[in-house]
Amino acid sequence: MTTQAKLVSLLALAATIVPSLLFFAGVIGHDTVKWTALAGTFAWFIATPLWMGRSAKKIPGEVIP
Amino acid sequence: MADEQSQASGEFEREPVPETALLGPSKFWGMYAGEHAAGTEFMIGPLFLAAGASLQDLILGLLLGNALAVLTWRYLVTPIAMSKRLTLYYQLERIAGGSLVKFYNVVNGVLFCFLAGAMVTVSASAVGIPFGIFYEVPAATFGFGAPSFTGLVILVGIVMAVVAAAGYEMVARVANIAAPWMIAIFAACGIVSLVQMEATSITALSAGEYWTEAIAFVQAKEGAQEFGFWQIVVFAWLCNGAMHFGMADLSIFRFAREKSSGWAPAIGMFLGHYMAWIAAALLLAAQIKLSQDHSANPGALAWGALGWTGIICVVIAGWTTANPTIYRAGLAFQGVLPKASRTAMTLVAGAVATLAGAFPNLSAQLLGFVGTYGTVLGPMGAVIFVDYHLLKRFGLADEYANRTGAAVSIAVLIAWLLPVTVGLYLIFWQGLFAAYAVIPAWLACGGIYLLLSKLTQQRE
Repeated sequence: MTTQAKLVSLLALAATIVPSLLFFAGVIGHDTVKWTALAGTFAWFIATPLWMGRSAKKIPGEVIP
Repeated sequence: MADEQSQASGEFEREPVPETALLGPSKFWGMYAGEHAAGTEFMIGPLFLAAGASLQDLILGLLLGNALAVLTWRYLVTPIAMSKRLTLYYQLERIAGGSLVKFYNVVNGVLFCFLAGAMVTVSASAVGIPFGIFYEVPAATFGFGAPSFTGLVILVGIVMAVVAAAGYEMVARVANIAAPWMIAIFAACGIVSLVQMEATSITALSAGEYWTEAIAFVQAKEGAQEFGFWQIVVFAWLCNGAMHFGMADLSIFRFAREKSSGWAPAIGMFLGHYMAWIAAALLLAAQIKLSQDHSANPGALAWGALGWTGIICVVIAGWTTANPTIYRAGLAFQGVLPKASRTAMTLVAGAVATLAGAFPNLSAQLLGFVGTYGTVLGPMGAVIFVDYHLLKRFGLADEYANRTGAAVSIAVLIAWLLPVTVGLYLIFWQGLFAAYAVIPAWLACGGIYLLLSKLTQQRE
């Protein structure tokens, strides 16, 4: 489950950044970038909580702005 | 009892971190990766362009300034943190006395409220976009924006304060989860902005006309301004002055097993204070090119590049910065009024932050505020530095308040407030660029503390 969730997170992260590179290269349009990034965003916030932060030990300290 | 609780919670707030609790370098790299890509970056990046910084100066100045910041963390903070393994506050308490630390903490809390206020403004700027409510900066520093925007700020501020009052854990977890995504969104915003400005070839990128045209547009509207190379270097170096020169990150690096952990802030600096700042500045340049609008409205800027994803990013970036800041300010206030509940004090901090957020000009002056923050809090780090490195060499006792039981060390109080007062006078009455005051105040504070320690300890 964790492995699949990590894979989805990786693909989601790629969906937020790769389209802008394709837009830069003139392969896709601006609207496609926006909608792909939005889809990637939803996928990231659904998949990532399944594996990130559950066992991660936070370093105690003062809050940093 | 307090020590037992401290150990049980793993915080070790009033004792050195034990060997068994030390952490490897990867933990620090992971933490700093997400720590400095925050809501403030959406404001600071565009402000560089609005202030007239050239692209070359920005690229090279940020490179040098961030490198200096990393070196400061590595060679100033990490050695003391690993030697003492105490939090900033406990270490200061042993040097300066408990009451003085509480006062310092409240000052810190008030400054945190203003920082959180800027983030409330940033988040409201994004929330308002779908409803046609726009962030506009009035002429007066303490002037409100449009009534609809002020109402939105109050609404966002209430939500943030209530969430912060509910606890820190959930927000910290959301911030951790959002960090890699946020960095990707910053990068995507920058790349899309370049395309919007038709800078898609090596020639166009290196010519930098998209930048010079944007600067010319801003200066035609606002008058000539200059933000030079060294100003950028000093700002990038000292915008987190409270964390490195001010030693706030002792509380982080006391857990470091290896000295190499001290290099970890590099990832935060070069992702958050380099890539993200430049990307955010490009957002404003693109907006100027596309719509001849030079207002640095974070929500509108992100909307123009990435639509709804940009809006979500600004809201989450503002929220994940403001919430822990409000929470921390609440704890500082509770330190002075221990009978008040943490929830009540967090709500008070949230109310102050919301009030600050209602004045859009405060967030537009973030470059100056961050420098002022370092000028006020940074010098306390000099007290710790002198206490650790120099007092014994001069035949003086370190951690003097702890030895005498003093609640307020007069030497520390004068050494801190005197240079800070002069610094604030120069900033607010003589127009000094705030970040320039950080190092002189730090050096003066250290020197005065050494001198006064010599005088007061000899007398006693």
